[in-house]
Amino acid sequence: MALAFDEYGRPFIILKEQERKSRLRGLDAQKANIAAGRAVARILRTSLGPKGMDKMLQSPDGDVIITNDGATILEQMDVDNQIAKLMVELSRSQDYEIGDGTTGVVVMAGSLLEQAEKLLERGIHPLRVAEGYEVASRIAFDHLEKISQKFEFGPDNIEPLVQTCMTTLSSKIVNRCKRALAEIAVKAVLAVADLERKDVNLDLIKVEGKVGGKLEDTELIYGIVVDKDMSHPQMPKRIEDANIAILTCPFEPPKPKTKHKVDIDTVEKFQTLREQERKYFDDMVQKCKDVGATLVICQWGFDDEANHLLMHRNLPAVRWVGGVELELIAIATGGRIVPRFQELSPEKLGRAGIVREKSFGTTKDRMLYIEQCANSRAVTIFIRGGNKMMIEETKRSLHDALCVARNLIRNNSIVYGGGSAEISCSVAVEAAADRHPGVEQYAIRSFAEALDAIPLALAENSGLPPIDTLTAVKAQQIKENNPFCGIDCNDVGTNDMKEQNVFETLIGKQQQILLATQVVKMILKIDDVISPSEY
Amino acid sequence: MPVERLLKDDATEEKGERARMASFVGAMAIADLVKTTLGPKGMDKILQSTGRGRNITVTNDGATILKSLHIDNPAAKVLVDISKVQDDEVGDGTTSVVVLAGELLREAEKLVSMKIHPMTIIAGYRMAVECARDALLRKAMDNKQDSEKFRSDLMNIAMTTLSSKILSQDKEYFAKLAVDAVLRLKGSTNLEAIQILKKPGGSLGDSFLDEGFILDKKIGIGQPKRIENANILVANTAMDTDKVKIYGARVRVDSMSKVAEIEAAEKQKMREKVQKIIAHGINCFINRQLIYNFPEELFADAGILAIEHADFEGIERLALVTGGEIASTFDNPESVKLGHCKLIEEIMIGEDKLIKFSGVEMGQACTIVLRGASAHVLDEAERSLHDALCVLTQTVADSRVLLGGGWPEMLMAKEVDELARKTPGKRSHAIDAFSRALQAIPTIIADNAGLDSAELVSQLRAEHHKEGSNAGIDVITGGVGDMQKLGISESFKVKQAVLLSATEAAEMILRVDEIITCAPRRREDRM
Repeated sequence: MALAFDEYGRPFIILKEQERKSRLRGLDAQKANIAAGRAVARILRTSLGPKGMDKMLQSPDGDVIITNDGATILEQMDVDNQIAKLMVELSRSQDYEIGDGTTGVVVMAGSLLEQAEKLLERGIHPLRVAEGYEVASRIAFDHLEKISQKFEFGPDNIEPLVQTCMTTLSSKIVNRCKRALAEIAVKAVLAVADLERKDVNLDLIKVEGKVGGKLEDTELIYGIVVDKDMSHPQMPKRIEDANIAILTCPFEPPKPKTKHKVDIDTVEKFQTLREQERKYFDDMVQKCKDVGATLVICQWGFDDEANHLLMHRNLPAVRWVGGVELELIAIATGGRIVPRFQELSPEKLGRAGIVREKSFGTTKDRMLYIEQCANSRAVTIFIRGGNKMMIEETKRSLHDALCVARNLIRNNSIVYGGGSAEISCSVAVEAAADRHPGVEQYAIRSFAEALDAIPLALAENSGLPPIDTLTAVKAQQIKENNPFCGIDCNDVGTNDMKEQNVFETLIGKQQQILLATQVVKMILKIDDVISPSEY
Repeated sequence: MPVERLLKDDATEEKGERARMASFVGAMAIADLVKTTLGPKGMDKILQSTGRGRNITVTNDGATILKSLHIDNPAAKVLVDISKVQDDEVGDGTTSVVVLAGELLREAEKLVSMKIHPMTIIAGYRMAVECARDALLRKAMDNKQDSEKFRSDLMNIAMTTLSSKILSQDKEYFAKLAVDAVLRLKGSTNLEAIQILKKPGGSLGDSFLDEGFILDKKIGIGQPKRIENANILVANTAMDTDKVKIYGARVRVDSMSKVAEIEAAEKQKMREKVQKIIAHGINCFINRQLIYNFPEELFADAGILAIEHADFEGIERLALVTGGEIASTFDNPESVKLGHCKLIEEIMIGEDKLIKFSGVEMGQACTIVLRGASAHVLDEAERSLHDALCVLTQTVADSRVLLGGGWPEMLMAKEVDELARKTPGKRSHAIDAFSRALQAIPTIIADNAGLDSAELVSQLRAEHHKEGSNAGIDVITGGVGDMQKLGISESFKVKQAVLLSATEAAEMILRVDEIITCAPRRREDRM
């Protein structure tokens, strides 16, 4: 491969190890990139919608993951191609920003690339295509705003929120009990939501899973569940009205950071040191007892002696609690995390109505429930399920549902699902295209066509004849001037998504269109790919 | 334009029908593997480990077999996983759950080849599983109130569980052992209080249940071998040299005499500690850690039985059993709770000396001593007994019982069949298939027993069309029999767990239309 030649036709060496690299340029480069992008989109296409299929992924270590969450599939796929990596990024950023619609955004981008390829073949410059897409995406964005609806909900009226979460969950394997899970998700979000500021900190919702039981046993706990048990097997398993001391210092003799040595050279010294040590343990435990704590939660371990003293003084304790959990406990119980015994004081203790240990199954699995906390703003969703993969998938599904509920609290505008929003946008963009002079008109029209890809995929996955269904719905939308007509995936009998109660959030949809367009623009602008070749 | 290298080099990708085929085949292969172990006449498997020594395990416990396999097929891994969960959650039915899931997939494969969409199959399966569960719920019997009957239920369940295991020869004896042990727990599901000791020698029939607690340790030399009305202190403390725990402490001396002094001080310290322990008014001291010769001698002098190095489990059980607390400091003798028992003595089982604590405060604990010809037999006996104990504790917690011998499967199949007839649409095919999968279980049981399964199952089905039939397969006589009379029962909880998790697993595998296997992680070459 060569970049430049001198007048005798000999290549200049410009790149390091030039001869070892392979290079694609011009239209070939664009086509290769588009093909890669489409290949990724093709993988996800069958996972879209309530009847979408799952993917089974085997990680490099041999673990099996079964999921239909777009972001998870792409992340685990371990792609090697540069452009494919861009698509993975795209799905990931939708996941970070919105949390849902990670599959849709990739399918969308794939279809935009497909349309772009046709335009390139007709000789339209990639940049003009990109510009056309940009214009079209803005039209679609505004149109979504227009067809969106506000919807009202409050702490007492959670039904609309539940319905939205159910739409999200219906495409997952957990759709058997989507109603129950949607309610759990909404209640959890409302418990931690700040309705004044319209903000939700999802970190306050802890999602914990334990294999066994049924999916129906999944529950929402207004408190914290920790996968730990009491440090001493004979401590009480149930504490009411607990005052909790939250410590980050071990019940062990101090270990100063500066190096030092204590030399023992006489019998007296040996004895005083022993006395000191005994007193030290005693003081630590006494200190906790003095401030009125009835439960000690500690980030570190306990010495055997300290453990017995705690037990002896009737002070139940939990050791080796992780940092994140410790923080959540502190938030929930209103306590302060205390780094040194000297700083313990009664007002720094957290309060909880009830702390209990619960055991599961035939193996000795125990978990600690901390409930009825002073500040119920930290909640735990405790998932049960038949096997590990099921629990992992439920966690991912619930994460999506939580994100949707959060987005609605931030911004309560919704658009209707089932592909209705895309069809409506497609119609609007198509109409706008005719008014646009210049080459971009073609690009805008292609954009409209690309938008149809989502309803098409939905119909295909639901076993409906895709083109027939899409054209019928589109015609109906225009005839009745009703932007809520979509694909009837569940065979309910009506096309009106408003009646079917299938919503999606406005920001989610808008974000999908913007992100997909951006990535496609970026891919189109690449006209030279230089990669190190295999050796 | 084909895309080159979307995934990494060694990664593979299978799509659509091929992916589905791969997962069906994998799952069915696993189901077929354990199929022959099902039922009272099921066969065992020999597993040889790849590790050093090539250890051999002989078992017919589904979970144990599957756990030991190295499986590459991802769908097969799902089945292994459900079997493991079944083991953790209810303890028995680990084979049934895999076989049922395998049968469900086998039926699904036929439907898929008839061009029925997997999602439709799943919808049908879901309806069927609901219906089957309702049928079980309706037919479950609950004898919690009547303690006499409840006990006989438990006996029946234990015998049914054990009849498929190595213990089947002495199943009545072992069922009684297990029921006695579980009833002593008085409703708690804590199996830790039941200790199973394995001692090679003798025959399985020589196994016995001991009401006390047996610790596999020796009594220190020169100490009493028998103590009545023992006060026991259970401790977890260092009885070698009690180290100074303050960081950085070290001994630095400038003359030999100083060394001697400090040594004396150390000895003195230990002596004081022992004195403190003795001051508790005890005559038995059990420590988790080692007890060195010096303190042991002191204890012997005081006429106290000292037992060293009882491991964590032993200590916790002892504390539980004797009602004492595990102590690590000994400054307040008046407030430390001591454990009590009527009698401590050294007993012999085979050639080994063991320490037996009888007449303990908490009557919950007991020890089952298993005897048998070889270590393999003992291991398998322990697994079987463990299964039986798990099932029994679960039954104590949820006292509903069902009849066994393929009765619940036929019952569910009948209900599901009726549902299929009432359901319009393609789903009814799936519901039909579900019923066929359920009937496969009695078929396999009969096949494994060398009976004419086609004949038997059809007879059974006819029997079940009468209301309130108790018919099931009687493997002993080789015909259809009344399960109630034969006393073959199963726990409702186990059956329900089998049904639900098998369907869940089948559903997960059915939903997959693409398998992506990543390149195996390379071991780093450090050369």
